[in-house]
Amino acid sequence: MRNPYRTQNIAFFFLFLATLLIVIPVGLIIVIIIQKGLPAINWQFISDIPRQGMRAGGILPAIIGTLYLVTGAIIFALPIGLLAAIYLSEYAKDNLLTRLIKLAIVNLAGVPSVVYGLFGLALFVVFLKFGASILAGLLTLGIMILPIIITTSREALESVPYSFREVSLSLGASRWQTIRHVVLPNALPGILTGTILGLGRAAGETAPILFTVAAFYLPRLPKSIFDQVMALPYHLYVISTQVPNVDEKVRYGTALVLLVLVLFMNLVAIIIRYQFRKKKKW
Amino acid sequence: MRKFKEFVIEKLILICGLASILFVVLIFLFLLKEGLAVFKTIAPFKFLFGKNWYPISEPAQLGILPLILGSLMVTLGAAIISIPIGVACAIYIAEIAPLKIKEILKAGIELLAAIPSVVLGFIGMVTLVPWVKSIFQLPTGLTALSGSIMLAFMAMPTIVSIAEDAFYSVPKNYKEGAFALGATHWQTIWRVMLPAASSGILAAVMLGIGRVIGETMAVMMITGNAAVLPHSILVPVRTLTATIAAEMGEAVVGSEHYFALFAIGIVLFIISFAINVTADLFLHKKR
Repeated sequence: MRNPYRTQNIAFFFLFLATLLIVIPVGLIIVIIIQKGLPAINWQFISDIPRQGMRAGGILPAIIGTLYLVTGAIIFALPIGLLAAIYLSEYAKDNLLTRLIKLAIVNLAGVPSVVYGLFGLALFVVFLKFGASILAGLLTLGIMILPIIITTSREALESVPYSFREVSLSLGASRWQTIRHVVLPNALPGILTGTILGLGRAAGETAPILFTVAAFYLPRLPKSIFDQVMALPYHLYVISTQVPNVDEKVRYGTALVLLVLVLFMNLVAIIIRYQFRKKKKW
Repeated sequence: MRKFKEFVIEKLILICGLASILFVVLIFLFLLKEGLAVFKTIAPFKFLFGKNWYPISEPAQLGILPLILGSLMVTLGAAIISIPIGVACAIYIAEIAPLKIKEILKAGIELLAAIPSVVLGFIGMVTLVPWVKSIFQLPTGLTALSGSIMLAFMAMPTIVSIAEDAFYSVPKNYKEGAFALGATHWQTIWRVMLPAASSGILAAVMLGIGRVIGETMAVMMITGNAAVLPHSILVPVRTLTATIAAEMGEAVVGSEHYFALFAIGIVLFIISFAINVTADLFLHKKR
């Protein structure tokens, strides 16, 4: 006779093992990067330009470049994404057009990042003649993070109870007034979360900026949005595969700065979400 | 006046709602615009099934079969590793883990999703690649296998979170019914929950694979980038994505090489489109 409880114990043990197989490496990766990257971090590393063929000095231009790109991408993507989310949650009827929009969003989210790079190259760099520039890069990144912003904002808007809208409308407010003064404020934390997640994604992506903005080595700060810039993820790629004899410490240090930047944004998003859940009025 | 302002705003909202469609169409059109030009010099069949990728030799040989097989091999390997582990982890999180541990595990998975692929590629280079090299006694650790392991890892967040949702969406009374009939928790999961969640799990697997096929940086850094027909999983390969990323920087705008890289982009776009549409169908089926 097979004992069903023994089978269960064995099965649960393997499920637990599988979970550990994912979670332990995640922890290890983070610990390794912090442990080996921390010794590289000092004031010079984050405030100086790269020197000696990127083997010494700091990574300031890459940090600044990434901050420019991320800020630009969000300035472009947030208004469009938010309005698109408002359309889907407040105006869209259940018809073919809505289905198509949703399908388009799913597809935008699934397009490989390097294909975004190709698209940015073809449209912004070559066709619109922006050249390899901050502008081309931020637009490419902006389109890439659009689905994240739309999806999270839409969820936030839809989680506002329907009765809130009914009350506002019954008081004589118009549809837009209801959205503007009732729905949006209540959905704000969710929208913020989505925006920050988008920021994190944009900061970490390499492939979309490869041919649209990223400079191999450019030890100065950009002057206009038509300049090229260095960017952290691309810089990490360059010093770990393209430049020989870079000190391990510099590589780990760059990885750590990038990781901290991205994880910090995610942490902020998680905290906002957590606070919001605690204070939720409904 | 207010009416007019609202009219403008509502039209703006509609336009932004349509923006996603516009961008998908634009992406496809621009890929076609630049990519189709390559078929003036090479037949589509020869492009897809040509065995040699020598884009800068004279005359250029633009067969992407080695790249397709490279992608396929890495993806298959990643799928074999990630599907069982990912689904098992989803079951554990959704069904077994106590609430507190569940929150920690979910945060861990989210953390993994947030790590940039270039960072994972870097870590793969300094840890995984030397391991593979010494375990299998290879001349180089930059192999399809290393890529598969790394990609399996990167597909986990997608697979786990969507499969987990699939378990939550199984109606509660299925589970209660099974318990009432005296089934153990594991019997309930295996015989009732798993079949009921199958379409969601399938979608999770497909989206995970979509993620793997499209992944670029990590793959480029750890698979060795040899554009030859792979004969085993322990040799360097080059994927479709890595080819574009590695070579576009050197390709002259308007050259045959440039067009060919865009044509690879079309292939990738069509693959991801097909995967996402099918996965979406599965996700909606369950409702």
